[in-house]
Amino acid sequence: MTGPGEEEPPTPAAAPAGPVDVAGPVDMAGPAGADAEGPGSTVDPEPVPVVAEPVVAEPVETEMVTGEQPVAGPAGAAGTPSADPPPPARPDLRRLLRSRGRSRRGLVAASLIAVLTLLLGFGFAVQVRSNDTDQQLAGAREEDLVRVLDDLTARQDRLRQQVAEQRAVLGQLGASDGESAAALQEAAARAQTLGILDGTVAARGPGLELTITDPEQQVSSALLVTTLQELRGAGAETMQLDGVRVGLDTAVTGTAGDLRVDDQPVAAPYRLTVIGSPEDLAPALSIPGGVAKQVGDAHGALEVVQSPDVVVDALRVIGTPQYAEPTDGDR
Amino acid sequence: MIPLLGLAVGVVLGLVLDPTVPLWLQPYLPIAVVAALDAVFGGVRARFDRIFDAKVFVVSFVSNVVVAALIVFLGDQLGVGAQLSTAVVVVLGIRIFGNAAAIRRHLFRA
Repeated sequence: MTGPGEEEPPTPAAAPAGPVDVAGPVDMAGPAGADAEGPGSTVDPEPVPVVAEPVVAEPVETEMVTGEQPVAGPAGAAGTPSADPPPPARPDLRRLLRSRGRSRRGLVAASLIAVLTLLLGFGFAVQVRSNDTDQQLAGAREEDLVRVLDDLTARQDRLRQQVAEQRAVLGQLGASDGESAAALQEAAARAQTLGILDGTVAARGPGLELTITDPEQQVSSALLVTTLQELRGAGAETMQLDGVRVGLDTAVTGTAGDLRVDDQPVAAPYRLTVIGSPEDLAPALSIPGGVAKQVGDAHGALEVVQSPDVVVDALRVIGTPQYAEPTDGDR
Repeated sequence: MIPLLGLAVGVVLGLVLDPTVPLWLQPYLPIAVVAALDAVFGGVRARFDRIFDAKVFVVSFVSNVVVAALIVFLGDQLGVGAQLSTAVVVVLGIRIFGNAAAIRRHLFRA
């Protein structure tokens, strides 16, 4: 029984060994945790001040004080009575450190503020600058883009309408411009024609040079008028008699030998310059009982010279009609 | 003095460098600028009230910017980005107005 009993104790003895063994690791864990805490307390404060110095400035201060303590410890360890002197030195140090920390804190705060405001200014300028350009659309939202597109489309429609209107106006103006240019040309041509017929414009062209001599002063005004009418009837376009242009209301007055054309005295030999077809005009004067015959009856002589180029350069002054007025709708 | 200097230097830098705003930042930059402006106005007002604290300023500056950008970001995700950014700008604008009024009272006593 004892055998087994003696045998039994080893197991209890071994059993305590188990707990001891277990306690070993537990004890090990204890120092390990303390170790982990130790390095943690020394290492941790180091990074923290770097990251958030302004916020954790106080811990830094205390940390440095505790760090100083061991140094002060040996100095004070020489004599316990001399434990009194350190206190005055300690507040000094603390004040110094605190003021240094405060100035450092102020410096950090100032630099942070400077950086932030710099960023603000930078962002502001960049935003303002980028807002000027079309690039802003690249970052716009879809809904904004849709709205912008709608606006643009509406504006495009309006502009297109305007373009169409302006184009129509331009077309009208161009048409009327062409019309008015043509009308102007026509009016100018008409004025030329009328001026030649009226006698307000000098003219040149093929025609006749007539000379009527009157040695016995028997060529009457009637004979001259007959001559003019004969020439006109034969297609004379314009003519002049002794430097007086013959027009619509030209009158030959006075007695033979003292004739006046439009109140201007003319004297023999009477010179007529006529523009018209020479081949038509010359025969018209020499028909039987015509002008040539009548001049011969008056003892004068009619000399006709056909010329490809005669100049009628005497001008008439046309006054405005006294009674007649142009009426509308004559075109 | 330092904030003014920083602001001036930042503006000059932005004008001189003239960087292109990255695409993803474009909706948020204006909001962030307005939020930062709000913080700056608040800081100026606090300075006049003699309760200026650099820590408060820095934290409020950063948080303002972050929160404003976050709200707009959330709005973008929800499809109401334009409306939310308008809301943020309105709120910040009201705050800026209030701060400006306080500053004006300090400056002109009116």
